[in-house]
Amino acid sequence: MTFMNNIRSATKEALDRTAIIAKFLCCLHFTANYLCSPTHAYGPSMLPTLNIAGDVVLVEHISPRIGKIGHGDLVLVRSPLNPNRNLTKRVVAMEGDTVTFFDASHSDSSRTAVVPKGHVWIQGDNIYASRDSRHFGPVPYGLIKGKVFLRVWPPSSFGLLDN
Amino acid sequence: MGTINSLWNFTKKFVTIGLITVTVSDRYVTVVPVRGGSMSPTFNPKTDSFTDDYVLVERFCLQKYKFSHGDVVIFRSPLNYKETHIKRILALPNEWFVTRHNNDVLKIPEGHCWVEGDNAASSMDSKSYGSVPLGLVRGRVTHVVWPPHRIGAVKNTKTEGLLPSL
Repeated sequence: MTFMNNIRSATKEALDRTAIIAKFLCCLHFTANYLCSPTHAYGPSMLPTLNIAGDVVLVEHISPRIGKIGHGDLVLVRSPLNPNRNLTKRVVAMEGDTVTFFDASHSDSSRTAVVPKGHVWIQGDNIYASRDSRHFGPVPYGLIKGKVFLRVWPPSSFGLLDN
Repeated sequence: MGTINSLWNFTKKFVTIGLITVTVSDRYVTVVPVRGGSMSPTFNPKTDSFTDDYVLVERFCLQKYKFSHGDVVIFRSPLNYKETHIKRILALPNEWFVTRHNNDVLKIPEGHCWVEGDNAASSMDSKSYGSVPLGLVRGRVTHVVWPPHRIGAVKNTKTEGLLPSL
């Protein structure tokens, strides 16, 4: 009899713990997808704003949802060439704008393009080592995952990233 | 005191259920209504009926972004991020494809796919805005779940117009 009771209470405890963990994971999912999440940005394309060795930055997901992304914002974008990769770039032009750009690796002459409806033009701050809209064209707004707003690591350069 | 306590308990339950629903529908499966006749006759076969089809969407495909020809997917419109469209994938990245409306031969860019509605006459799709980045895809449609007499799996039709890779 006591044996049965022990089993019952053990099962109940296990279920309770699972429920707590499940709730915690749900909270985590909500925070990371709707509010803000940390991400690791590395590579030379955003010099001198972000370090080449990799900064940990906070990304908030509210502005893209309500359409508040504008000129000069640092954004986290799902790469149009590989959906499993994310890029950190700066929005240079919004829909309807005309951009003049030159691609240092291909030619010295500058070219002009008009950003189509529902798209944004993204570029790295280091135009000599960045693969961005100059190569793959404007990206749909729907690919923007969030706005980078705060650098948390390294601690010496902790602070807001503004445009 | 008692009412405050029960109100607090109610709020706690409400928030918990909401969070679980959001998580499950974002990560695993969700049900969405189909509006419009662009996918007729697969969805909404009768344009004059008042009931929309409801379809089951699975999101496991978003972990690897592996799709096959003929999959019906939902994706954010490249023209307006607030709209979600439902179309069928006809061509996958790096494939050569002959468009049906003007017989152009084109190569689908890396990381993109070609989507078209089953009802070619009234469908706003890759014919008008070109190939779509796979990153915009939000899930794959597997079943019709409502109305009851239309419950069933969504068929994966054979696609035409693909050229052998060179």
